[in-house]
Amino acid sequence: MHIGVAWFISVSAILFGIGLYGVFTRRSPLILLLSVEIMLNACNLSLISFSRYLGQQSGQVFALVVMAVAASEVVVGLGLVVAVARRKADLDVDRMTGLRH
Amino acid sequence: MTYDIVFVVASVVAIAAALMVVLSPNPFISALSLIANLIALATLYLLLQSDFLAAAQVIVYAGAVMIMFLFVTAYLGGRADEPTGDRPVWQTFAALIAAAAIVAEIVFGVGRQDFLHGATVSNAFGAPQAIAATFLGRYVLAFEATSVLLLVAAIGGVVLATQRPAMREVGEPGVFEVDRPERVPSLQSSVMEAETHFDVVTATARRDGEDGEADD
Repeated sequence: MHIGVAWFISVSAILFGIGLYGVFTRRSPLILLLSVEIMLNACNLSLISFSRYLGQQSGQVFALVVMAVAASEVVVGLGLVVAVARRKADLDVDRMTGLRH
Repeated sequence: MTYDIVFVVASVVAIAAALMVVLSPNPFISALSLIANLIALATLYLLLQSDFLAAAQVIVYAGAVMIMFLFVTAYLGGRADEPTGDRPVWQTFAALIAAAAIVAEIVFGVGRQDFLHGATVSNAFGAPQAIAATFLGRYVLAFEATSVLLLVAAIGGVVLATQRPAMREVGEPGVFEVDRPERVPSLQSSVMEAETHFDVVTATARRDGEDGEADD
């Protein structure tokens, strides 16, 4: 059996689905961020698979940019979590409705 | 053959670790499982001849980002745990259906294509030199935009994490009090004596009165 790029894409799809499930069901903002990380990494895997399949570097450059975006997202997201925790509010995304109209 | 075994092991570890992240009630176990997931993914990158990205994945993600996560989890202590209280069951079902739909769609779509014969690439594929030539050549604008993004994120992190004294209203509306740290007595502090209790309404009225006198 030859392992082609389709297998890598399938693994990436499964990881994306797991991350999506986590974002939909968990309520702690920390776990939400972790699930988003899983989804971003699944996208990275498919970008790199197709980059290898096509023999071009562009997909890898994309993946590097995605890594930088993920790092920024984590910095701001964790900053928000710490700021919310400091105000003694509940760390529950269902109850963070302060900005709701 | 070795390639296949490594692929299967890395994929199984990645998927199992991702499931642990999503299903574990303990945030520490979630964060540590994500590290396992990221390292398994780095192995998959190596199988795809993306050496530089595999190294970057381990250094940036498993190293820097996850340590930050663990720090914040430790800082929050028990408050990082999953909030108690039930959610409607249909939400879990809807999440399952949405996730399964995306997976089925992609796997079905990919399975119909003939992706077996990838391009033949030289050994330089995925090496730092090749990536640098592409990133700093054709995609130099994206490179600069990324650096600006990281700068903005760093500033945002500092702004969000800085503790500012909270203004609170005392007594009648319009009167505020600000907590300030104790000042060490010095020449400067006696010169720059800051008000800790001020009254916006009377201060405005006094200033308006002074303005009126100046006009006279």
